[in-house]
Amino acid sequence: MTVMNEDILRVKGLVKHFFTRLGTVRAVDNVSFAIRRGETFGLVGESGSGKTTVAHTLVGIYKPTGGEAYFRDQSLGEDFSHRSKALKKNIRIVFQDPGSSLNPRWSIKQILELPLRIHRTSYGKNHVEAVSELLRMVELPPEEYLYKYPQAIGGGEKQMVAIARALATEPDFVALDEPTSALDVSIQAKIIKLLTRLQKKLDLTYLFITHDLSLMRNMANRVAIMYLGKIAEVAPTREFFQKPLHPYTNMLLSSIPVTSDEEEKLKPKQIRSTGEIPSPVNIPPGCSFHLRCPRCMDICSRLDPVMTEKEAGHWVRCHLYPAAGQ
Amino acid sequence: MPKNEIAASAFTAKRINISKGWYKFSRNPLSVLGLTVLIIIVLAAVLAPYITPYPEHAGPYTNFRESSLPPSLKHFFGTDTVGRDVFSRVIFGYRFSLLLAAVVITLSVPPGILLGLVAGYTRRKWLEVGIMRITDIFLAVPPLVLALAVTAMLSPKLLNQMMAISLMWWPWYCRLVYSVTSSLRHEYFVHDAELTGVGRGFILTRAILPNCVGPILTKITLDMGFVIILGASLSFIGLGVQPPKPGLGTMVADGAKRLPAEWWMAVFPALAIMLVILSFNLIGDGLRDMFAVEEI
Repeated sequence: MTVMNEDILRVKGLVKHFFTRLGTVRAVDNVSFAIRRGETFGLVGESGSGKTTVAHTLVGIYKPTGGEAYFRDQSLGEDFSHRSKALKKNIRIVFQDPGSSLNPRWSIKQILELPLRIHRTSYGKNHVEAVSELLRMVELPPEEYLYKYPQAIGGGEKQMVAIARALATEPDFVALDEPTSALDVSIQAKIIKLLTRLQKKLDLTYLFITHDLSLMRNMANRVAIMYLGKIAEVAPTREFFQKPLHPYTNMLLSSIPVTSDEEEKLKPKQIRSTGEIPSPVNIPPGCSFHLRCPRCMDICSRLDPVMTEKEAGHWVRCHLYPAAGQ
Repeated sequence: MPKNEIAASAFTAKRINISKGWYKFSRNPLSVLGLTVLIIIVLAAVLAPYITPYPEHAGPYTNFRESSLPPSLKHFFGTDTVGRDVFSRVIFGYRFSLLLAAVVITLSVPPGILLGLVAGYTRRKWLEVGIMRITDIFLAVPPLVLALAVTAMLSPKLLNQMMAISLMWWPWYCRLVYSVTSSLRHEYFVHDAELTGVGRGFILTRAILPNCVGPILTKITLDMGFVIILGASLSFIGLGVQPPKPGLGTMVADGAKRLPAEWWMAVFPALAIMLVILSFNLIGDGLRDMFAVEEI
């Protein structure tokens, strides 16, 4: 048996920069976190905060510019072309846009066969039965979907197929990159229910990325919030929503739209959301949030704060909460 | 689910795909017309020795008593200056034109596709830039001029004409496939195949190439027409099919000297060229509709 609190994925000082004509895009800038086995680790942030780049780097689309990342004891310091087959089997991803994640020229059967053929040789030639099994797992009747092409099915069904494809290799860890952001609300709920059920059944660990805070509250065990390529705060979900420390977290939580007074009371006291996320090419000096921060101090424009553990498991990177030694 | 049910649904799925493709193609009646005309032309060209009224007129035949006759029931397209039946010669002329087009496409499309796939997919910038700049150099030379130079340098016959035009034609396919590949390269489904752990060859030929088939086929049908024109142009100036064999371009060139009085010698071969190019173009339109991915 494995220890309950085993860290399945450890990320230490992860850096991913893109070198473009406009300058260096610091998409991920010194990010550290650890994901425990069996949990759902949430990553929230506005568009352009680098959460997708974190996922893409971990699954191996990009080679990190710097820092370290480990899955169990295997390094994630290379992109897919240098990764072992076992690593590819164990780390899978569900992409944000189901429209572009399925090859329009492949039938559902062909799409689901590919991971089976590469990673589960024990199935031999009988892929039809294995593919049907995968479709049943995501609640799509195989007789109806097996030979359909992606453009003939709806967005939610496409995402179900993408989930089945990710799970086809029997992975331990799945990165869910905004799996529901492109879908209708009714289908969102169905996908989320399915993901939760499959997590329990198959003992999966999720990295769940979204900008939808209400969804995050229902889904994640722990939440990290990203701003301009850096993590601002990490906390267990309940604490994250009830006792947020970072001004940025407060700002985002107070901008969740609500419909009743009860819900309103749950939110932190109203902080008006100001400004927009600056370009990651041109990151402000000091704390990157200081230009929008309602509680900005002198030090904020000069010095970038460091991560401090304020309470057990609750980390924050802000000058309002100085580390013990400072 | 029982096995035979799945097998049955696989069978119907395939049948549906074929009939759906035909449905999309046939929605455009002009494409069906083009296809019909092309089939008739190809059949006529293949069966030329059996169906033409005067098959021996395709060679070194003279009959000055019947020279320069206008179109009649005996000679549909009239006769030329040495008394040969223009209709029979046009049908035989199609043989050379279609053969030229088929050989050029066969020789130039595969290397073009291969280079385009590699240039579009590779992460090595020098390879991509290298292939595409060489392609640009070839595209910068007008095909007629280079084909002319090559054919003139070697001896003017059909084989050399084919090779010269093929040398000029692959860059278009390279560029077409390159543009599709480099845009698909960052699609999530390509990333997913990479992350699953398949090889480069599989990604290029199975994930990316099927998405290029539509544009490639459409371009091939249009290019068949262009190649036929280019071949006719070359043979018009005497660098293609050599007399007494009937090249459509040669026939137009010879007949042009007799315009306007003995108009049939130039006009019918010219119309024949036009007809085959038109039918290829109409088919191209239908194929484009057929391969368009439709969101339902």
